[in-house]
Amino acid sequence: MNQARSTPFNKAAMHGALILYTLIALFPVFVILINSFKTRRAIFREPLSLPDADSFSLIGYQTVLKQGDFFLYLQNSMIVTVASLFFVLLFGAMAAFALSEYRFRGNMWMGLYLALGIMIPIRIGTVAILDMMVATGLVNTLWALILVYTAQGLPLAVFILSEFMRQVSDDLKNAGRIDGLSEYTIFFRLVLPLVRPAMATVAVFNMIPIWNDLWFPLILAPGEETKTLTLGSQVFIGQFVTDWNAVLSALSMAILPVLLLYVIFSRQLIRGITSGAVK
Amino acid sequence: MTALSLTNVNKSFGKVHVLKDINIDVAEGEFVVFVGPSGCGKSTLLRVIAGLEDATTGDVKIGADVVNMSPPSKRGIAMVFQSYALYPHLTVRGNMSLALKQERQPKDVIAERVNNAAEMLNLADYLNRYPSELSGGQRQRVAIGRAIVREPKLFLFDEPLSNLDAALRMNTRIEIANLHRKLGAAMIYVTHDQTEAMTLADKIVVLRDGRVEQIGTPMELYNNPANRFVAGFLGSPSMNFLPAGLINEGDDRTIGIRPEDLRISEDGALNATVTHVEKLGGDTNIIAHVNSHQITARLFGQHDVEEGAGIRLGFAAERTYHFDASGARLG
Ligand SMILES: Nc1ncnc2c1ncn2[C@@H]1O[C@H](COP(=O)(O)OP(=O)(O)O)[C@@H](O)[C@H]1O
Ligand SMILES: [Mg+2]
Repeated sequence: MNQARSTPFNKAAMHGALILYTLIALFPVFVILINSFKTRRAIFREPLSLPDADSFSLIGYQTVLKQGDFFLYLQNSMIVTVASLFFVLLFGAMAAFALSEYRFRGNMWMGLYLALGIMIPIRIGTVAILDMMVATGLVNTLWALILVYTAQGLPLAVFILSEFMRQVSDDLKNAGRIDGLSEYTIFFRLVLPLVRPAMATVAVFNMIPIWNDLWFPLILAPGEETKTLTLGSQVFIGQFVTDWNAVLSALSMAILPVLLLYVIFSRQLIRGITSGAVK
Repeated sequence: MTALSLTNVNKSFGKVHVLKDINIDVAEGEFVVFVGPSGCGKSTLLRVIAGLEDATTGDVKIGADVVNMSPPSKRGIAMVFQSYALYPHLTVRGNMSLALKQERQPKDVIAERVNNAAEMLNLADYLNRYPSELSGGQRQRVAIGRAIVREPKLFLFDEPLSNLDAALRMNTRIEIANLHRKLGAAMIYVTHDQTEAMTLADKIVVLRDGRVEQIGTPMELYNNPANRFVAGFLGSPSMNFLPAGLINEGDDRTIGIRPEDLRISEDGALNATVTHVEKLGGDTNIIAHVNSHQITARLFGQHDVEEGAGIRLGFAAERTYHFDASGARLG
């Protein structure tokens, strides 16, 4: 198996496939980026050509930065995404630890109940959620979004993390108990560092949908103060006229922060994906 | 004064009854080995003593106190795990001092105890390394050091040598015996390896399927096993069991003969065919068949025996053991 994998032909085929996939995956991003630097006419005449002296224009970026509170939206998106990820990871890991570590009545049912959310889209409950947010006065606050995204991310997080936590050595936790560490110290200092790759996996899976979501910001927090970047960019998409320069520029700038978060998590992520396989 | 006493300890996981009515006393300073095949409940018993599992019923007494309700860290015990279980994010020094820090011992006491333990275990040069930078044998010594610094009344070892290679295992076994002599604390040592049990123990507890089969000194168990299981488990090569009918027509008991009690003799009672010979230099093991029953004879010194040859094996009647069909020892 190992030998077959390392013949030059297979290696070339494998890298060829990966490069092809990379090109396909990056192509839309590339088109967005080059067109965000072009005049409106150039975008439509030759969408695939690189910007040249003639067609180069920063008009889109100027519009975005001038009109609408771009940096406020960016900040809102960042706060919502990072806070949601933080709570998903914290509560998800805690629930997963309890499920995998302690034997209690109904343990298995509790695990199934928590995992049920993977199969039921949270948007089904939009009306009820809106009702609750109105009742608690959370409409048009970032907390509304953070709470909803935390709820949305928890089922998968609990499911993945509890599977990983079962693999953490019992002896290690028991050694901690004999040395007098509290359950919290065992959880935070011994177990969490060992499941870091799984945490990164969960973080990446949750990050993109939250960052890109339009549904809940539109319904729960459409106010000017709480708009997220995705929602904020919609002002440039009109029913009759769309300011493509601005849309493309906003999108280009919206990619950067996710890219940054992704780079932070990805080193861990790769270890997470390969962990069972490569000893 | 007893260091540990277990009274009618039972442990069930749901419907699975793992420990059945265990009664054991460990005297102060005694080295007790729990031995039994894999899955017989040795680790579970050790975890119950440590407080990592609660006994379903029964009492665990350490020193003078019933500790059923005490957490592991308050029981005055220290444990060494099979997988070492070192904290990966701490150095050797950090690993050894963590428990003392948790007890809020003064800094100079911690430093002194850690240095003493490191000295005793030849770890002084490695105090600032991380566990990932140590060999298996060194990790095992750190795990032992982590137990020593706590100065416990009772040490618990769970198969501490099973991850080491054969040569290192023997050295570490001797080190543990020396450690016991030096520290004088009571130790409980779990293993499935009868050699470790025989060589280390003041007292052996043989377990099978969660039940205590027999308790005694190594030689008591060897010379006077209570049943067929204990007789077959201790001693290497293990005891031969043959239907007594092979020797006395109509006898329906099982006869047990240790390999070293067999000798080749013209007038031997057993007519055997040699199937394999193991020459160890000091000893020669002859594996032979009597009818369809395999039998092992251990002869001192070097012998030339042809494979396939017919031999007669003799033994002294007073060196044999008899068991009934259920495995219980008879007379
Ligand atoms: N947490 C647990 N839940 C259910 N069964 C267990 C648990 N721990 C151990 N057992 C069972 O108890 C028996 C004894 O296990 P163990 O004490 O580890 O044996 P040993 O250490 O002698 O090899 C095994 O059959 C095992 O399956
Ligand atoms: Mg075990």
